[in-house]
Amino acid sequence: MKNGKAAFTLPGVLADIPTHYCPGCQHGVAQRLVAECLDELALSEKAICIGSIGCSVFIYNYLKVDSVEAPHGRAPAVATGVKRARPEAAVFTYQGDGDLASIGMAETMHCANRGERVTIVFVNNTVYGMTGGQMAPTTMVGQRTTTCPGGRCADNEGEPIKMTEIIASLGGTAYAARVAVDSVKHVRAAKKAVRRAFEAPLNNLGLGFVEILATCPTNWKMTPVQANKRISEELIPYFPLGTYKNLMGEQAAEGTEVEG
Amino acid sequence: MSTPGERVLIKGNEAICRGAVDAGCQCFFGYPITPQNDIPEYMSKVMPNLGRVFVQAESEVAAANMLLGAAACGIRAMTSSSSPGISLKQEAISYMGGTELPAVIVNISRGGPGLGDIGPSQGDYYQAVKGGGHGDYRQFVLAPGTVQEAYDLIGKAFDLAFAYRNPVMLLGDAIIGQMMEPVTLGSNKETESNSPDLGWNLTGKGQRDPRLLKSLHLTDGALAGHNLRLRDKYASMEKDVLFENFLVDDAELIVVAFGSIGRIAKSTIRKMRASGKKVGLHRPITLFPFPSRELDKLAAAGKRFLTIEHNLGQMVDDVRLAVRKHADSDFYGQMPGNLPTPEDFEQPILAALGVNS
Repeated sequence: MKNGKAAFTLPGVLADIPTHYCPGCQHGVAQRLVAECLDELALSEKAICIGSIGCSVFIYNYLKVDSVEAPHGRAPAVATGVKRARPEAAVFTYQGDGDLASIGMAETMHCANRGERVTIVFVNNTVYGMTGGQMAPTTMVGQRTTTCPGGRCADNEGEPIKMTEIIASLGGTAYAARVAVDSVKHVRAAKKAVRRAFEAPLNNLGLGFVEILATCPTNWKMTPVQANKRISEELIPYFPLGTYKNLMGEQAAEGTEVEG
Repeated sequence: MSTPGERVLIKGNEAICRGAVDAGCQCFFGYPITPQNDIPEYMSKVMPNLGRVFVQAESEVAAANMLLGAAACGIRAMTSSSSPGISLKQEAISYMGGTELPAVIVNISRGGPGLGDIGPSQGDYYQAVKGGGHGDYRQFVLAPGTVQEAYDLIGKAFDLAFAYRNPVMLLGDAIIGQMMEPVTLGSNKETESNSPDLGWNLTGKGQRDPRLLKSLHLTDGALAGHNLRLRDKYASMEKDVLFENFLVDDAELIVVAFGSIGRIAKSTIRKMRASGKKVGLHRPITLFPFPSRELDKLAAAGKRFLTIEHNLGQMVDDVRLAVRKHADSDFYGQMPGNLPTPEDFEQPILAALGVNS
């Protein structure tokens, strides 16, 4: 390379293959952040990834770590089994909103409540992506999906679930934060939060949880730019970014102060 | 851990626990349900003292998925439950079948359908033997007829699970689980299957290539190839078929019964032999693989058959398929909700013999 060093290189743990994700989908950004943290914390040799069901499942094609596929919603239970069987491993799940906050609510809450020494990376894009855009537990009120074609109605379907707040309220959680990847500033803060979510169980403090607000332009019926804008204009006001719990005894990471 | 040769009077549920512990079970994931509660209770006391894992899961669903996780690591692990809870575990059992994970599931079954009762029943035969979850898979099914066999077979269950990389179910009932009998302990042994690297299990990749354990096969033809390979694996299990023949050589009629019913029928047969009735017993110990070859051999020798079960008639289908070239099988079903006695089977056996009493 002429004139200086490379500003952007592939994390060693990330597979050098084309992405299959849709244009503008932020799973790629989220998975890259996980990859960077695995590299920086030198975890790739002892990491075990628990895949979930949905678009998220294909993380196992992109991360060069040992992986197992969990049934829909059960990743935190599978992670519990893996971690208890191999306490020396760095165990993490990577789950979408339907998987984690709907069918896997019980597994997620109890995994956190037991304080399993695992990391949960939760990608919230407010919709079931792989199955074609159905209503998720985090779908915004008024948001149209293929199973709430008139828009989500709070009276009928309830309000979107705020998972980070729930997980932060549980005794076994050592770290819980919500981040977004819609801007450079937010991506930087997100990286720190993902790293903390890995550090918390490594430090034997309890569960590490990070919620990443992400786009799904395909199922939102938006361009990538419109979808990115929706994160800041619509999602962040309802799902405030910030560190909701941190037992590692430090200030909230820059740019992730709890609002309000 | 048991001392080899140690003789104790214990319940079947405790025999299963002691058998599993002796066989090197490292992780147990449980959830309360009658009549198997002695198992998680015993394991909660013993496993932590041995430096092993006990987790009371939030549900049977979660317990089965914890088992999946531990099995993916190549660690000897087990869950137990009873019929309604086993229904909840089927999703994970199907995934473990598809992913080829070695896991042991104990079903101390109870009466059904629905909540049923907490008494003995064999209503879960189809679910256990035909693949109770979705998709086309099979699991090894071991059906002990005594408390000693419960101890012995749980050790065998771990060996088979790792030999075939497949889920193995121990299918008992409230009679096997709750009955106390003398048992000789110490024959179950841990094997090398608890070694850190078995060539397929998750250990953290270290310096090798990463491993991926999954049941998803999306590319054209991939699932078909996977299923054909599984079919061949299931067929190869026949070499580990287990059964007991009792007084079959000169028998005109062979009673086919498994588990506790097989054992009760044996008492009936002993009594009827004393009055000159030529009746014997064939007791399948592995329900999958089913001892079809042996039954076919008995049928070819001119035997007649009466299948007795504690249900509406499930295993009888497999018996009829096994003997179909030469014979058929009558059926007598004792209903769950009634505790069977040896006397209950006398009339059905006499009827099948064509004897009016």
